[in-house]
Amino acid sequence: MSEAQESLTQRVEPLTAGSHVIAARFLGDDPLLVLADGGIVFGMEGARVEPHGEAAILVAAVDDDILLTGGDDGKLIATKADQSSTVLGDEKGRWIDAVAIGPSGSIAWSTGKKVVARDGKGGRKEWSAPTTAQGLAFAPKGYRLAVSHYNGASLWFPNTEGKPEVKEWKGSHLDTTFSPDGRFLVTSMQENTLHGWRLSDGKDMRMSGYPSKTRSFSWSQDGHWLATSGADAAIIWPFKDKDGPMGKAPRECGVRHSKVSAVSFHPKALVVAIGYEDSCILLCRLTDGAELLVRPAVPNDGKVTSMGWSKQGNRMVFGTEEGRAGVLTLP
Amino acid sequence: MSDKIPVTVLTGYLGAGKTTLLNRILTEPHGKKFAVIVNEFGEIGIDNDLVVGADEEVFEMNNGCICCTVRGDLIRIIEGLMKRKGKFDAIIVETTGLADPAPVAQTFFVDEDVSARARLDAVITVVDARWLKDQLKDAPEVKNQIAFADVIVLNKIDLVSAEELSDVEKNIRAINAYATIHKTIRSAVSLDAVLGKNAFDLDRILDIAPEFLEDVHVHHDEAIQSVALTLPGDIDPEKFMPWINEFTQVEGPNILRCKGILSFKNEPKRFVFQGVHMILDGDLQRDWKPDEVRQSKMVFIGHKLNRAAIEKAVEACRA
Repeated sequence: MSEAQESLTQRVEPLTAGSHVIAARFLGDDPLLVLADGGIVFGMEGARVEPHGEAAILVAAVDDDILLTGGDDGKLIATKADQSSTVLGDEKGRWIDAVAIGPSGSIAWSTGKKVVARDGKGGRKEWSAPTTAQGLAFAPKGYRLAVSHYNGASLWFPNTEGKPEVKEWKGSHLDTTFSPDGRFLVTSMQENTLHGWRLSDGKDMRMSGYPSKTRSFSWSQDGHWLATSGADAAIIWPFKDKDGPMGKAPRECGVRHSKVSAVSFHPKALVVAIGYEDSCILLCRLTDGAELLVRPAVPNDGKVTSMGWSKQGNRMVFGTEEGRAGVLTLP
Repeated sequence: MSDKIPVTVLTGYLGAGKTTLLNRILTEPHGKKFAVIVNEFGEIGIDNDLVVGADEEVFEMNNGCICCTVRGDLIRIIEGLMKRKGKFDAIIVETTGLADPAPVAQTFFVDEDVSARARLDAVITVVDARWLKDQLKDAPEVKNQIAFADVIVLNKIDLVSAEELSDVEKNIRAINAYATIHKTIRSAVSLDAVLGKNAFDLDRILDIAPEFLEDVHVHHDEAIQSVALTLPGDIDPEKFMPWINEFTQVEGPNILRCKGILSFKNEPKRFVFQGVHMILDGDLQRDWKPDEVRQSKMVFIGHKLNRAAIEKAVEACRA
C-alpha cells in the first residue's frame, strides 16, 4: 500500500461547512455546499442562506442551474445561483426521502409511499408506490421516472394514465440510476449488492461482492462506466457493450484500507474522484490506474459524503460528514 | 460503543399506556434531548421537539435467514437523524400496539450503518393489568411483546385487586421470567427504571430470585417460556460458540430472545451475548472483578424450547 502518490494537496482550498455535508456540487460557476443543519453555502466566500429555516436538509439534487433540497420540514425548495429560493412542494412536516431533477425542468420528490412529479410547466402528478419510495431517478430522455422500493423498481410515466411498469427483484432497493443512454436501470440494495435491469428485455443483472451498501453512483461522461462506493476500492462496472456488465468483472480503482463512501467521475476525462470513510480523497485515471492524492486521511474528519466537478472539469468541491469541505483546482 | 446513541423501544398492546409513559419520559426534568419515532404521526400529542412519523415497514432480509426481518423505515429515519448529531442524546421508538418487536430489535443488529451509530438500550413493554388475561387469550402480539421485554411496566394496577395483580404477575413471569417488572398507575415510573438500562448488562436481570423459577414451572405458558441456566466455573468457547451458532440457526424461528454472560476459560473479561431469533451479537466486555464468582448465566425465551436438551448441551460446553 503506497501512500506516496503524486499529490494535489497543495491545490486544495478549504471551505467552511461546519455541519454534515449533504451535497457538494457546482451551481453555475461556483462551488456549493448543502448542509444537514439547513444551510446552503455559496462560493468561496461562503455566503449562507437557510431557505428551510430551522429545519434540517435531508436530501438534495443539483443540475446545471438549480438546486433542489428536501427537508425534515416536508418542504421541497428550489434554489438558484442568485441565492433566490422557491417552495415547490410542502408535505406538511413529513420527511422528504428522495429528490430528483429530470430533463426540461422536471423534478420529483417522495415522502413515504407518495411520489410527486412536477413537469417544467408546473403540472403535478402523484403516484403511490407499493412500499416506501427509497430512490428516484429520471430517465435521460422523455418524462419517465424510476422509483426504487421494496422488491423492485417501478417505471412511471407521470403524464400517462397507465400503471407503472414494475421490475421485480426480491429485497429492499435503495438508490437508483439510469445509464446515460437509458438502456439500463441500476439500484443499490440493502443486502450489499447492486441490481440492474436491461430495459429492452428486462434481463436481470446482479453486481455483488460489496462488503457494505453502495450509497454513491457516478457514470463516466461517455456512459461506458459506472463507478460505485461500498468497497475498499471504487468498483467500476463496464456498461459499454449491449450486455452491460453481465459476465464481466468490474475494475477496482484506488484500493486502500478504508471503504469508499463517495465517487464522482470527471465530466470530460476518464478520471474518477474517490472519497473514503477516513476522509481521504484520490483521483484515479481509469486507463492506467494512476492515482493522485487530493486530500490525506485526517482523523475525525468523517467520511467523504459528496463530491462534484465544475462543468469544465478544472475544479472539484467535496464535503465530509463532520463538516470539512474544500475545492480542488487542477493545474 | 459508549458513543453510540442509546435507543429505547417502547411496546405494549393498544390502550396499555405507552403514550402516557412516553410523555412522562419526555416531560420529566432530566435535561436530556430525545428524538422520538412514533407510528401514528400527529395523532396523539407528543410533547417533544423532534418527533418523526414512521410507517412500520417490515422487510425480509434477502440473506437466507428466514426469520430475519428489519424495519426499513427505521433504517432510513436513523440515517436521517444521524445527520443532526448533537441535537439529541437518545432515541425512543414507539411501536404500534399490534407490532412484533422482533423486526425493530433486529434492525439494530442487522443493519451495519444503524448498528455503527446506535445501540438498543432496552425493550420496554407496557402491560395493562386489567386486560392482560383476556389479551393473552386473543392477541398473540401481547405474548411476543412480553417475551421481548427487558423491562415491563405493569400499568393500571389501581383497577385490579391484590389477588388479580398477583395472577397477572404470574402470567407475565410464565412468559418472561427475567424482565424487571415495575407496577404503576398511569405509567408513573421513575426514569432510571426505563432509560439507560443497557440491556447488555444482564447481571441484575439474571439475578432474579430463584423462587420465580418455581412459579414458572407451575404456571407454565404452553406457547412461550423462558429457559434459564447458571453454570458454575468456566466454559470452553471452542465448544460453546459452535453450539450456540448451530442452536440459533436451527431453533432460530422458535427463539424470540436469548442473552447471556459467560465465563470463558483463561479469559479475564466477561463474554456477553444477546440475540433475536437467528441473529447473535456478542463481545468481550469488562473484566471479572476479583470478588466475583466466575460463572456463566444465560436465558432463552421462545416457543417449544426443550429445557433438558439445552441444559445438556450447555453442560457439555464446560471447560
